[in-house]
Amino acid sequence: MDLMKDRLNTFFKYKDLLRELVVRDLKLKYRRSVLGYLWSILNPLLIMIVMTIVFSHMFRAGIENFPVYLLSGQAVFDFIRNSTTMAMYSVLDNGALIKKIYVPKYIFTLSKITSTMVDFVFTLGALVLVMLVTRSSFTPYLLATPILVLQVYIFACGMGFILSAANVFFRDIQYIYGAFLVAWQYVTPLFYPIELLPPWLITLVQWLNPAYYYVEHFRDLVLYGCFPSMRVFLGGWVFAFIMLGAGLFVFKKTQDQFILYL
Amino acid sequence: MEQDYVVDIENLTIRFNLASEKISDLKEYFIKLVKRELMFQEFLALQDVTLKVRRGESWGLIGVNGSGKSTLLKSTCGILKPYKGSIKINGNIAPLIELGAGFDYNMTARENIFLNGTVLGHSRKFMQEHFEEIVDFAELHEFLDVPIKNFSSGMQARLGFAIATMVRPDILVVDEILSVGDYQFQQKCYRRMEEMLSGGTTLLYVSHDIESVRKLCDHAIWLDKGHVVKSGLVEDVCSEYMQVYR
Repeated sequence: MDLMKDRLNTFFKYKDLLRELVVRDLKLKYRRSVLGYLWSILNPLLIMIVMTIVFSHMFRAGIENFPVYLLSGQAVFDFIRNSTTMAMYSVLDNGALIKKIYVPKYIFTLSKITSTMVDFVFTLGALVLVMLVTRSSFTPYLLATPILVLQVYIFACGMGFILSAANVFFRDIQYIYGAFLVAWQYVTPLFYPIELLPPWLITLVQWLNPAYYYVEHFRDLVLYGCFPSMRVFLGGWVFAFIMLGAGLFVFKKTQDQFILYL
Repeated sequence: MEQDYVVDIENLTIRFNLASEKISDLKEYFIKLVKRELMFQEFLALQDVTLKVRRGESWGLIGVNGSGKSTLLKSTCGILKPYKGSIKINGNIAPLIELGAGFDYNMTARENIFLNGTVLGHSRKFMQEHFEEIVDFAELHEFLDVPIKNFSSGMQARLGFAIATMVRPDILVVDEILSVGDYQFQQKCYRRMEEMLSGGTTLLYVSHDIESVRKLCDHAIWLDKGHVVKSGLVEDVCSEYMQVYR
């Protein structure tokens, strides 16, 4: 109990650091670009337009409102991809600092996930824009989006902890994870309907691909105007907490060794 | 009596894996695993070091390069964890191991004051309250909104020192940082450190400059290859050290 209290106190002490790090990421990301934060909206919009032109003829039959289908899936997957990738470098990039001042190391990982989450919220601006243009209906279910964001955030934290710790010991992880992300993206139904996959792969994706749960969850809210099925909803939580537990375990076990490898 | 120690280090041993034995990719890892060479060639940076510091004392850490002085400071700050032995710290530490560690060179001085302050564990509110004091000490009024990559190293050191010494810490840990900056600023830093000392702050000070150790410290510990050679009053330790190395 005392240990728990100690941990919380430490986190509380450094919460302003977390804030400063997130603000720094957001400030530096678009410093010196003319359009600045607008890029958070424009960039996914441009990608969406390209992908819509390329893919809409291939898969149009199976999907209603392809632009929203694509953008909603892409936004969630990009959140997972960007946050975990940035988190992977979080400990390594702050190596110089970690060697010189005592700071709880998970703060760096948390800050990367958090700043990507803020970016994701900006991206939702693009989605709203596309929904307006395509005359999609806005349902009250949209208000449940924060629950999804929380699920993905927790999941990404867990994964980020594992990746950032692994990256300290094995730099190969960077390349392996890059390839893994490509594979992961293709087995997540982002720009095709899941029915196009062979049946055995559908089962696999529906059981083992966490991104599938989050993408489906989000699409139910924004595209289909309903609450996700219990399977998707609870499954999302289960994946999130399993990942967080594994992440905390790995990170805690290895963090005292970091300094010897930085 | 026990509670009087602010720094209580007992039989501390710190172990490193030698840099040449660093394994940083999987292939190498498996090769070593198969060859059963995973037992690293270990290197003990500190062996059986005991250091007990009472409140208000100031200790100089002396020794040649690679003797483990910085390692001892880093373990005191909690950066390195003991392999054997124990470290007990009573009070808050202001580490001056490297000035401006944690600066982001793309950000302005103003932003860095908050960033670095929170790195040191202060709250944002606390930094706002002491903002003026820091800027005054660093004498950087007209450069507050300039990215610090455009600062000279002296200016960066000034800013770093100002932020780190703004608190009245219980323990001040200083690792040869005053070699940068002009003479005038060095004097200012010494004055500030002496001010803190007379205010009851405990000092751990690493320097190769024996004169400054004699000036600032009342005790000293002499390390060589990770072992304590001698510790005690500054005059005894320093004069013996000088005899060996002069």
